[in-house]
Amino acid sequence: MAEMMYWEAIQRAHDEEMARDPLVICMGEDIGVAGGTYKATKGLYEKYGPLRVIDTPISENSYTGLGVGASFLGVRPIIELMSVNFAWLAMDQMFNSAAKVRYMSGGQLVAPVVFRSPGGTAHQLGAQHSARMEKVFMGIAGLRVVTPSNPKQAYGLLKSAVRCDDPVFINEHELMYNMKGEVPDAEYFHPLEGSEISRSGTDVTLLGYNISVHWNLKAAEILDKQYGISAEVVDLYSLSPLDRAGIRKSVAKTHRAVVVGEDEAPVSVGSEVIAVINEECFFDLDAAPVRVNSANVPQPYNHTLEKAAIPNHEDVVNAVLKLFGKA
Amino acid sequence: MKLEDKKRVLREMVVHRRFEERCYQAYIERKIGGFLHLYPGQEACCNGVLEAARPGYDYVITGYRDHVHAIKCGADPKEVMAELYGKETGSSKGRGGSMHIFDAKHRFMGGYALVGGPFPLAAGMAKAIQLKGGDEIAICFLGDAANNQGTFHETLNMAALWNLPVLFVCENNLYGIGTAIERSTAVVHQHKRVCGYGIEAAECDGQDIEKVYEAAKVAVNHVRSGKGPYFLELMTYRYRGHSMSDSRGYRTREEEEEWKQRDPIYILRDRLIAEKAMTLADYEALEKEIDRYIENEVVKFAEESPEPRIEDLEKYVLAERETQLPWLTGHAA
Repeated sequence: MAEMMYWEAIQRAHDEEMARDPLVICMGEDIGVAGGTYKATKGLYEKYGPLRVIDTPISENSYTGLGVGASFLGVRPIIELMSVNFAWLAMDQMFNSAAKVRYMSGGQLVAPVVFRSPGGTAHQLGAQHSARMEKVFMGIAGLRVVTPSNPKQAYGLLKSAVRCDDPVFINEHELMYNMKGEVPDAEYFHPLEGSEISRSGTDVTLLGYNISVHWNLKAAEILDKQYGISAEVVDLYSLSPLDRAGIRKSVAKTHRAVVVGEDEAPVSVGSEVIAVINEECFFDLDAAPVRVNSANVPQPYNHTLEKAAIPNHEDVVNAVLKLFGKA
Repeated sequence: MKLEDKKRVLREMVVHRRFEERCYQAYIERKIGGFLHLYPGQEACCNGVLEAARPGYDYVITGYRDHVHAIKCGADPKEVMAELYGKETGSSKGRGGSMHIFDAKHRFMGGYALVGGPFPLAAGMAKAIQLKGGDEIAICFLGDAANNQGTFHETLNMAALWNLPVLFVCENNLYGIGTAIERSTAVVHQHKRVCGYGIEAAECDGQDIEKVYEAAKVAVNHVRSGKGPYFLELMTYRYRGHSMSDSRGYRTREEEEEWKQRDPIYILRDRLIAEKAMTLADYEALEKEIDRYIENEVVKFAEESPEPRIEDLEKYVLAERETQLPWLTGHAA
């Protein structure tokens, strides 16, 4: 086990897959000569050349479509959208072409393409560079959505996504590229489906994904130490499909659920997770499930307002205390 | 074109015309649902270009007016009609419909319903050909109105930048849905819009198949010989409305009649008669024979084919689970 940063883990997955299969390519803005805005493709241009490491023009929808078209013929493109906010422009090709082509062709065409993009609020990037879009992607039939919360997942999910014949969207986070973590030395494939228990507990389930897993872990620590509440932290690294069995198993055990995400509350990932809880284990609940989300505002620039708009571990602690009638 | 080819293509074009006219009838009878966009009037475009290319070998993609392109690539008209009927035997197993005909084994890579959507997909297929080192080309057939989408400009830029083997065929039928081109587009002649990307381009009469064929030969040779993308504009006209709900109130019957004087099938027919390769009686017999084929084989097949099973509603959303298990479960060998 070597410790590496999140971006290094992604870079390693690219490198291994490109070395193995000459039809794996990567493309996106500034990913080649410049090495990638978050260094996720660093050194690949020098190693694999401009035909396979493609610096694209700033034409998100069309270079995405170009990658999708190449995938029809067996190429496996890893397409980086520099910011998830720019992925709005590529939604036509992601949804109308990649996600639907297998179905509308009766299984004849497949689009084994990987989309990678960071979302989330970083440091005062303002309304048009701070969006969370995973709630949109996870509602599209024909598209898999995963979101790594640590370097091991970042490495192993990309490896599996490249090999899978379905289109996969990998939701990363702008604040997490320098996060360090253990990654296996041997080749590793993280499952594209399922969930993980990041911390076991008995009194309440904290469901999160990507950055909110870390808020939940911090909250669980505080709840344990200061309030004697044992929280189980579930990492929903697969947002589509959601791990219904995993959600049921944990909530049926703890009887309480808090769903935490950085996205806005009306129509959030949490809306869907709570619907799943109701469908799967309503009668196991001791309290109505609640969600913790960002304020429903375009992300403000001002530092104080920005901080106020997004949740943190304290909001999670408070939500749990409320569930237990302690706040 | 050689005489034998002209006779064969005339026959094919009559199949295409009668197939489409039969679709119209089936739509009126409510056998076909959804949107239906018909091709009569434009037959020389698809046929002329693909006679100069290698249908079934080159990759072809288009928009929603796609039946004839699929058939020309090698799709069985029976399966295309069954698709319009929504049947399990349809080319897309009844999941696609008129706007989404696919026939991957003949490299017809689909009809797409977002105007301009196929531009980057075509360039992507060309990129795949470039990576794999084959001598196929990608051919993208779209209408003039698609050129007002951003994908047109974005894709032309990338295709030129990366020297991709892709031929863009613009079937300029002068209307985008119900808006005349001069009311939607600053430049009527679309090939002029391409010069900004350094792409070779030409305009040609789209009604005379021999002219289309000659222009397409130049275009196809250019692309196949590694000189990069090419843009071929064909001036043409669709007799029917944009789709079936279109009463053609945006143009005059006189204009339609004028274009019908230059019907692509009759131009070729009359030439063959003038060359004494056939008589008018031969042609009329051919039409009757093809009508019988369409009725007795194509429509009959569609009518008698089974519906898809409701249990299979979710089939084809994702890859068959069993084939993907190592990546879904993480238990790679």
